[in-house]
Amino acid sequence: MTDATGENPLIGRLREQFGDAIVETHAFRGDLTVVVVPERYHDAARFLRDDPECSFDFLADLTAVDRLKLKQKPRFEVVVHFYSREKNTRIRLKTRPNSDAEPSVQSLTDLYPAANWPEREVFDMFGIRFAGHPNLKRILMYEEFSGHPLRKDYPVNKRQPLIEERPVPDDRLGMTF
Amino acid sequence: MGVGGDAPGFFTSRLSDGIAWARKWSLFPYPFVTACCGMEYMSVSAAHYDLDRFGAAWPRFSPRQADMLLVVGTISQKMAPVLRRVYDQMCEPKWVVAFGVCTCTGGFYDNYATVQGIDRIIPVDLYIPGCPPRPETVLDALMKLQAKIQKQRHPLIGAVRNAGASAS
Repeated sequence: MTDATGENPLIGRLREQFGDAIVETHAFRGDLTVVVVPERYHDAARFLRDDPECSFDFLADLTAVDRLKLKQKPRFEVVVHFYSREKNTRIRLKTRPNSDAEPSVQSLTDLYPAANWPEREVFDMFGIRFAGHPNLKRILMYEEFSGHPLRKDYPVNKRQPLIEERPVPDDRLGMTF
Repeated sequence: MGVGGDAPGFFTSRLSDGIAWARKWSLFPYPFVTACCGMEYMSVSAAHYDLDRFGAAWPRFSPRQADMLLVVGTISQKMAPVLRRVYDQMCEPKWVVAFGVCTCTGGFYDNYATVQGIDRIIPVDLYIPGCPPRPETVLDALMKLQAKIQKQRHPLIGAVRNAGASAS
């Protein structure tokens, strides 16, 4: 589904609206991806929800990617999947927080209440802060946990037991599978 | 000779054997079920495999009334204090069975969230490997636990001790 210039009309509409704020787009057989600068991320989500041509009224998923080992800058990428119940179409909105040390983007909870828990999970697992979130605290790990386990620089073997562990039998130590 | 002290006499050893016989045929399990192994546990305890043949059919959902703690399924670090408390709430004598490979060693959950074997939290009497274990494996384990209970010393006063273990 393309227009005269060979571009998907939905992406064309977003490009018309946001211009240079769109970093990158990708479209393959109805699988649409739009990467926007973090400053316009919230606006883009609002446009996708409210524009009658888009009407993406359903936030299907919100997650993140740590691109440390891909050696790409900026390091983090927040990924949101939207679905339009009216038009039966899907779109993927991505944004890359500017700071690698203290990554932060705007929260979508004011637009989509469904973003509440996924944003807490992304904060828990990746340490990305969501400005304007009503209750940004850990959702899966315990409060005593330090660090963010899905970051690529979190050591695979690092354990943080909540209670003191008993000594393990000698034959179990140093076992690898 | 006999009634007092640690040396087992004829009377106390007969008494111990009798108590062991009674205890091994009336195990009251507390199923601490957290994951998919629970399905296999249900299968074992239902009519087809029938744990009741071994006197261990009646799950007590209060740790205070149970004497066999069946830990069935992955234990996360967040769940560890809960399991520890349940174990502490059980009265002596008590036995712990690690059901499934996740409880034995953490299984393939070699990650930040999972306890690498529940024996890091509580002492375990019997390990049942498998992902999930076959019901036959569980029945075999139950019989092994019964054999273990029969071999232990059961004094009228004091904790159950392994046969042959030193008195201290």
